[in-house]
Amino acid sequence: MIDAKDREIIEALQGGLPLVPAPYAQIAADLGIDEDALLHRMSDLKSRGVIRRIAAAPNHYKLGMTSNGMTVWDVEDDRVTELGTQIGALPFVTHCYERPRALPDWPYNLFAMVHGADRNEVEEKRAEITAILGDACRAKDILYSTRILKKTGLRLKTKG
Amino acid sequence: MNLDATDRAILNRMQDDLPLTTHPYAAIAAELGISESELLNRLTRMKDERVITRFGPFFDAAAMGGAFCLCAMAVPPGNFETVLTKVNAHAEVAHNYERTHRLNMWFVLATETPEGIEATADAIERETGIEVLRFPKLQEFFIGFRVAA
Repeated sequence: MIDAKDREIIEALQGGLPLVPAPYAQIAADLGIDEDALLHRMSDLKSRGVIRRIAAAPNHYKLGMTSNGMTVWDVEDDRVTELGTQIGALPFVTHCYERPRALPDWPYNLFAMVHGADRNEVEEKRAEITAILGDACRAKDILYSTRILKKTGLRLKTKG
Repeated sequence: MNLDATDRAILNRMQDDLPLTTHPYAAIAAELGISESELLNRLTRMKDERVITRFGPFFDAAAMGGAFCLCAMAVPPGNFETVLTKVNAHAEVAHNYERTHRLNMWFVLATETPEGIEATADAIERETGIEVLRFPKLQEFFIGFRVAA
């Protein structure tokens, strides 16, 4: 859980880290606290998993990874952990999750994101997943993304 | 925008964690064998050109006592832009993609409380008249967000 001070820090950071030599000093000045105090708080937030990492989110499209497929699979429940672990370990899978089905419309319980330069490359990678899942997979589909509609990351509501 | 070998090396490094030190960029620049000012100039350019969509801390809403949930809607193509405006108006919608399926709008809700997921999804259903299917994660098998630049 986070307290009011943590919250102020998160609000100050959610727009991103400034690209200046001493970014934490700038954020600390905005918050009216010492840089040391800010770093200490952030280190604590990191150890508690509130901050996962401080890093860049690349735009896959601009990197030439213009084809982005959400592969979805209906995998036997008693094998999903074992197989999900294998699929998640594939170098071309960036995210892999077990999620609930939404029957009857949506029979799929395993989701794996696959990126490639074009749909052929994504299909080749998808075929590798198909081979690994074998008989445990009863149905499958792929949903290509055709447009980024929003990408802002977490935004805390400003409390009045 | 054309990316040279230095840009690509920067992008690969910057997808990993940045140190919590007073001059974090200087540390990364030293690792990459370039000056701090060159690193900052290149990062600024890549951010301006939107090669980098965001740079900074990634927060885990669940660790703050909140929640994430992947949601999907089957939006009639003729109403897509109208529905999109209503969905994106919610600050809880962290990202949103159009996809090739009858379920053509897929977005992630990030909320400060677990109840916030249901409240926001219900609000979107009321405002749009379209069912919001909810796919919370049951298990996460890998956290490898990196793409090779």
